[in-house]
Amino acid sequence: MNYADLFRVTLPETALEIAALMVLVVDLGFLRKAALKVRVAVAALLGVAGCGAALWTVGLQNGNSFFVDGWEVLVVSPVALTAQVGILVLTALTLLLLIDENFTHHVGEFVAVVLMAAAGGLLIVAAQDLLVIFIGLELLSLGLYILTAFAKSSGKSAEAAMKYYLFGGMSAAFLLFGFSYLYGVSGSTNLAEIEQSIPLVGMPLLYVAWVLIVAGLGFKVAAVPFHLWAPDTYEGAPAPAAAFIASVSKVASFALLLNICNGLFQPGRDWNGPPQLINEILRNEFGRWQPLLIILIVVAAASMVVGNLAALAQVSVRRLLAYSAIAHAGYILLGVAVRRPYAGQVDTIHFVLDSFGPALRSANAVLFYILTYGLTTIGAFGVVAVVERATGSDRLDSFLGLHKRNPVLAAVLLVLFLSLAGIPPLVGFYAKFNLFAAVLGVSAGPVPFALVALAVALSVVSLYYYLQVLKRAYVMPAVDESPIKAHPVTMAVLVAIATAVVVLGCFPALLQNWIESCYR
Amino acid sequence: MLAWTIYLSFAGAIVLAILPKGKPALARWLALSVAVAGLAFAIAGFIAGVGQGLTVFVDLPWMPSMGIHFLLAADGISRVLVLLTGLAAVAGVLFSWNIELRTNEFFAFFLALIGGVYGVFLSFDLLLLFVFYEIAIVPKYFLIAIWGSTRREYAAMKLAIYSFAGSAMVLIGLLAAYATSGSHSTSLIELGHAGFPVGFQMWCFPLVFTGFAILAGMWPFHTWAPTGHVAAPTAASMLLAGVVMKLGAYGCLRVGIALFPRGLDPWGFSFIGFGSWRDVFAVLAVVGIVYGALVALAQTDFKFVIGYSSVSHMGFVLLGLMTLNQIGMTGAVLQMFSHGIIAGLLFAIVGRIVYDRTHTRQLAELETMHLSRRLPFAAWAFVIAGMASMGLPGFSGFVAELQVLVGAWKVNPWWVLAAGIGIVVGVAYTWRALQKAFFGDAPASPHMLEQEQGHPLAAITWPEVTGVVLLAGASLAVGLYPRILLDTIEPAVKALLAGGVQ
Repeated sequence: MNYADLFRVTLPETALEIAALMVLVVDLGFLRKAALKVRVAVAALLGVAGCGAALWTVGLQNGNSFFVDGWEVLVVSPVALTAQVGILVLTALTLLLLIDENFTHHVGEFVAVVLMAAAGGLLIVAAQDLLVIFIGLELLSLGLYILTAFAKSSGKSAEAAMKYYLFGGMSAAFLLFGFSYLYGVSGSTNLAEIEQSIPLVGMPLLYVAWVLIVAGLGFKVAAVPFHLWAPDTYEGAPAPAAAFIASVSKVASFALLLNICNGLFQPGRDWNGPPQLINEILRNEFGRWQPLLIILIVVAAASMVVGNLAALAQVSVRRLLAYSAIAHAGYILLGVAVRRPYAGQVDTIHFVLDSFGPALRSANAVLFYILTYGLTTIGAFGVVAVVERATGSDRLDSFLGLHKRNPVLAAVLLVLFLSLAGIPPLVGFYAKFNLFAAVLGVSAGPVPFALVALAVALSVVSLYYYLQVLKRAYVMPAVDESPIKAHPVTMAVLVAIATAVVVLGCFPALLQNWIESCYR
Repeated sequence: MLAWTIYLSFAGAIVLAILPKGKPALARWLALSVAVAGLAFAIAGFIAGVGQGLTVFVDLPWMPSMGIHFLLAADGISRVLVLLTGLAAVAGVLFSWNIELRTNEFFAFFLALIGGVYGVFLSFDLLLLFVFYEIAIVPKYFLIAIWGSTRREYAAMKLAIYSFAGSAMVLIGLLAAYATSGSHSTSLIELGHAGFPVGFQMWCFPLVFTGFAILAGMWPFHTWAPTGHVAAPTAASMLLAGVVMKLGAYGCLRVGIALFPRGLDPWGFSFIGFGSWRDVFAVLAVVGIVYGALVALAQTDFKFVIGYSSVSHMGFVLLGLMTLNQIGMTGAVLQMFSHGIIAGLLFAIVGRIVYDRTHTRQLAELETMHLSRRLPFAAWAFVIAGMASMGLPGFSGFVAELQVLVGAWKVNPWWVLAAGIGIVVGVAYTWRALQKAFFGDAPASPHMLEQEQGHPLAAITWPEVTGVVLLAGASLAVGLYPRILLDTIEPAVKALLAGGVQ
């Protein structure tokens, strides 16, 4: 144990916490009498500066790690590095979109809680120990409950927060229960140690642990059947909070899932023994992990089906985005779950020594997907927030005639929603293609293939509900043609996001290369 | 040079999208100049490419980690279809000259669609082809939903969902081919050499072929076509029938048949008379020919007649593809060109020249209007277009359908017999529409007579005359001297048959 290491590894979190405290001090100490607009602007800018500082410290520390008794507890692994940068950038964007908001007078507190929750997100993507994971997760989740409830004058916000909190508490209990079983089986809370000490033959207790853990994490990523909170929370939470939940929290949770899977499937372990034993060992290994994979696959398929079909019936755009988020979570879980060939298809020694290859590809594809999805969703919530402020509702009909009321906003909406639907040349298409290709690249067996076919078929369904929104924005006659105005900063951020979606869609190599460079 | 058709169209679309509103004349001229420049590039590329095989003109790494290239190339088939797209684009702009509602947006979507179509015909990387194919879907939706007529939102959504479902099937096939080939590339040339296992081709071929054939209007997946054509504004229905349906047929040929030729092999057993996918799709094509013609015969809406005739004519394309011999497939490609021109012309006459003046498409109402006297230009234009559509010698349709039928005869004379019925019915429905719409002698109601005397129909404008001359001239030129196109198509089909199909 070396506290200097701990300090170095947690520099970004520290930067965020300091920024959070500064926001509180400045807002409550110096700006008590200032106008709300000034306070919002100052708090948001301080928060963005904090994210910038944290981003800078992330850049300083590739490969740093913190050990306890020789076991890694916090590691800035490639996945963690990518996810941390993503979390910080998305948090900064959320804060910039706050500038136009007026749902609360407690801006300082709101920004501080956002930053602290983001710190929790940074922590979980780097954690390699069940306890640290749990603490980070709670730090993130508690922040999200508070943010959801922040619009004090809105009954919906309170209801959403209550539901979110109850579901969240329950799932945290499940997760902790699952962790305790894992500890009971292996005698350790460290992922790497668990991986090595779990007995090779499958045991029922382990299956129970997997189910409980998937329940806990499935709640975080809003996967069916743990998704019930999502539509209410997306609908009731203030828009910036909803955007934060939909993007930052998703990125952190999926990176955590990747982390757990990576930690438990230690890849590329050197093998010096006789080759004939390899198949034996692999079979056992897969025997051990297969239940987890199967659970993940079932959850993924259920999320895709339920999310896409339920979205068809929505009249509130926020609820629509929530169900679409559930569907996207299904696609991503597919990438998380199908990471290695099934036992029957393992053939060579080459595979053991080089097994990081395919696993790395699907991890890359998942990271690409969650980062771009997070970006697109923040933009979508930004547009919804502007429309909501002007019309007082997020129902489909409040988007009527948007192309006349604010052509730029309508164009942004067009780009973002088509990207979510996966239309090329926007980034959503490439993310999906990349993910599905990675899934099939790992294993072209019938099961992954059927899952990919299901996912592609359901994305046809998704086009219908995205077009429902766009139809109102562009096609159907406007009821009210008065222009919708938005703060220039908000518009600039939204246009920047839409531009990024187009540019990354045309040149996906820009982001792809950066993610891959994190591995070097 | 051909690559500029793509860049120019998209650049035009972007400029038109950000053009200030309220300047329809500027938007029109801009769109026309972009379309004409595209046609000029297409013609120049066509002439430069005579006698040449496959030429690659752009090859840039696009997604290096996945081995995907921005690969633009053209062979004879592509060049002919690019030429068709150029003609259809110019004619489409000319026949949209009277669009007053959101003019710049209309032409922006129009050019984006055209750019996507050029892109599909010129891509030799499967993923790139797919990307352009999907780019073409979205503008179609908005063109129909915003500027369309009869049940436009329903028709637009139906068309979008059908197209997207088809492209999803293609995407599944694409992913499967990419994963199976292991060549780490989606280039059509490399995938063509990948040597997919026969079992794989046996299920991937029908998947991809059906995916593309949905857009080519294959029976029973054709139902989007008539509703879509009828609801679409004139220029969009010209493009839909003229080039978008060709995207599907082109995909069937370039991807389905060329990549998975063994998928057409006999199954080794016979199921209610079908011994291979080839039989299945050929019979579906023939059913489409006859069914489309019969349904067209029973329509009361002028535009639906043309809409169903498209289904019938596209059946010839699919039948030609399923012959898998030189003459039949050459005929199929020529039929794509020919139908693109003729269907464009028919839709232009019905949608723009007649409907925009009479405000009705009901044959029963048109019958009382004596249009041959009041709109002689329209009547004679439709006589010419109708003759071309019936497949009279001297027009492009005759050469194309004859070749398809000769090719089909070599494989299975029964197909020809059935398709022949379709041709005869084709004469009947064209004749019926012609008679009812223009040369009806039903006595007009007093109200009509008064209108006829009081309000003469608006005069025919120069863009309409130019458009009709352009399209009719093209059909006539190819009909009288088919070698212009055949010299380019034949070597390409030969190479494709040698490279792909056994």
